Amino acid sequence: MKILVCISNVPDTTTKITFTDNNTQFNTAGVQFILNPYDEIALARAIELSEGGKGTVTVINIGEISTEPTIRKALAIGADDAVRVNAKPHDAYFVAFQLAQYVKENAFDLILTGRESIDYNGSKVAGMLGEFLDIPSISIIKKLDINGDIATVEREIEGGKEVITIPFPFVAGVAEGVAEWKIPNMRGIMSARTKPLKVIEAVAVKTLSEVISYETPAPRGQVKLVPADDAAKLIELLHSEAKVI
Amino acid sequence: MSVLVYVENADGKFKKSIFEVVSYAKAIATQNNTGLIAISIGTVSTDELANLGKYGADKVLNASTDQLKTFVNQAYASIIFEAAKKEGANIIVLSNSFSGRGLAPRIGVKMEAGVADGAVSLPNQTAGSFTVKKTAFSGKAFAVVELNSENKVISLTPNSYKVIDGGANAPLETFTVETKESDFKAIVKDIIRATDKVSLPDAEIVVSAGRGLKGPENWGMVEELANLLGAATACSKPVSDAGWRPHSEHVGQTGIVVSPNLYIAIGISGAIQHLAGISSSKVIVVINKDPEAPFFKVADYGIVGDAFEVIPKLIEAVKQHKASA
Ligand SMILES: Cc1cc2nc3c(=O)[nH]c(=O)nc-3n(C[C@H](O)[C@H](O)[C@H](O)COP(=O)(O)OP(=O)(O)OC[C@H]3O[C@@H](n4cnc5c(N)ncnc54)[C@H](O)[C@@H]3O)c2cc1C
Ligand SMILES: Nc1ncnc2c1ncn2[C@@H]1O[C@H](COP(=O)(O)O)[C@@H](O)[C@H]1O
Repeated sequence: MKILVCISNVPDTTTKITFTDNNTQFNTAGVQFILNPYDEIALARAIELSEGGKGTVTVINIGEISTEPTIRKALAIGADDAVRVNAKPHDAYFVAFQLAQYVKENAFDLILTGRESIDYNGSKVAGMLGEFLDIPSISIIKKLDINGDIATVEREIEGGKEVITIPFPFVAGVAEGVAEWKIPNMRGIMSARTKPLKVIEAVAVKTLSEVISYETPAPRGQVKLVPADDAAKLIELLHSEAKVI
Repeated sequence: MSVLVYVENADGKFKKSIFEVVSYAKAIATQNNTGLIAISIGTVSTDELANLGKYGADKVLNASTDQLKTFVNQAYASIIFEAAKKEGANIIVLSNSFSGRGLAPRIGVKMEAGVADGAVSLPNQTAGSFTVKKTAFSGKAFAVVELNSENKVISLTPNSYKVIDGGANAPLETFTVETKESDFKAIVKDIIRATDKVSLPDAEIVVSAGRGLKGPENWGMVEELANLLGAATACSKPVSDAGWRPHSEHVGQTGIVVSPNLYIAIGISGAIQHLAGISSSKVIVVINKDPEAPFFKVADYGIVGDAFEVIPKLIEAVKQHKASA
């Protein structure tokens, strides 16, 4: 089985988000970039499914050369090889189009993405890729099992889950629950340096959306403290002042 | 040109978030001096469908065949696309629900449309451009996205637009299109839904607890408080990692991002990754025994105290409040 894991390079989760140039640019000064946490879970599941000679795992990223440390991390965790499409990831449509192009030229049985990237949170790439390839896409997946040529997945829905069967090939956007995060071991880190990382050029495609500016949430006023033994007071404030209960 | 809104049902019923979506889509139609058509897929009663007129739908299309009983995003996206073609709709609006997130990107590709996911306010069309504000960086910021395509797809974050009713019942029209077999490869085998609980993503009130609760056996009082308030329960990441609560309750940067009217955080320190997922809540209440807990810096109301003493008192106070209301 050939598995493709789509990986994105995102600001570390502890990053304090600020902007420059009149709030039009994300301020990357001092920001550490990491492998998107959900993509890391997708990768961990892909490795589990391929272990014991059952398959191969390729990771792909649409990004500029600065994303290579993140790609090497994925190789250290256990991917067999990597591809970087050398371009700025303008929007989800652009990214999914490049991914589709690659999959059309290199067939895969299973394509995994994260449920969303933690920077733009679009949850868009999986569905767009599925549509470009005219194959099923399912997100947000919490469980992914394979029996022969059919997969069984659990999709999250409001207040519950759906159990779905689905034939290959398909695209799955995965979330926590699918696997545990894997920490690269020393051997993985050493071998990552020599595993193949192919760089290819992007195909021209329209950009349909563009971020033109950013805003940070309005700061809250000073917290109003209520004495611990006067819970009734809090309820009263929430009712008559905040008007939320 | 018109606006098409997809109205997602849960077990044949529409939730409040769908009335928000219809109200929101109506406002976009009004911005553009055009009508609003709703499309429902699956099995929903005619009363429930006609009722959408109250929130602004001028007409409701009903695609309801056996094959369409369960949600398959590939097939539903095709139907919404066909409906858009038939009605000449160039703006598609839907909820940024779990299903909406599977649909919006597929519709976007079919229509070669820019997709604004997780919109939090009405589009701005005043400067000749079309921009939409959406959450970004897991709630740590907002991004204003310009859609520069002819067609547009917008998904609305639950709890970010008010329900506006007042209209009359809408006329219904049966909508049938030929379906593609290849759209139905994914087969829903089972749907497991806790119907007695408020679902977290669209809850108006959330009661959330963290490691300060010490262990899963102490969640009884958290659930009791939530039940009394008609709230959903949530938790911090270490709590779901430890298996005290299910992953579906974990909020934050790597969990669910929520924007309820009221978020009550008990025994949660307020780490930046947790705050990311809840900072667009309208009112935040923090209960923590440590006065220095970072969560107090972003709270509107707070109690410095021991959760094991404060929660039972809150439960009493809510009971009394309800009795006197
Ligand atoms: C990559 C990454 C992603 C992450 N994503 C998320 C995420 O999405 N969501 C998330 O929540 N976390 C996330 N985290 C974890 C985050 O950094 C914090 O570790 C976590 O939020 C802490 O959870 P907590 O507040 O429940 O526990 P703690 O930090 O242990 O805090 C417990 C709090 O309870 C208080 N307390 C203790 N006893 C009592 C009592 N009897 N009464 C009242 N208060 C009491 C303490 O004063 C303390 O403030 C992530 C971390 C990483 C590295
Ligand atoms: N630049 C990129 N290169 C490769 N995959 C990506 C890229 N951006 C996003 N993805 C994948 O798409 C998923 C969803 O991203 P998004 O639609 O931006 O929320 C991520 O979890 C990744 O798996």
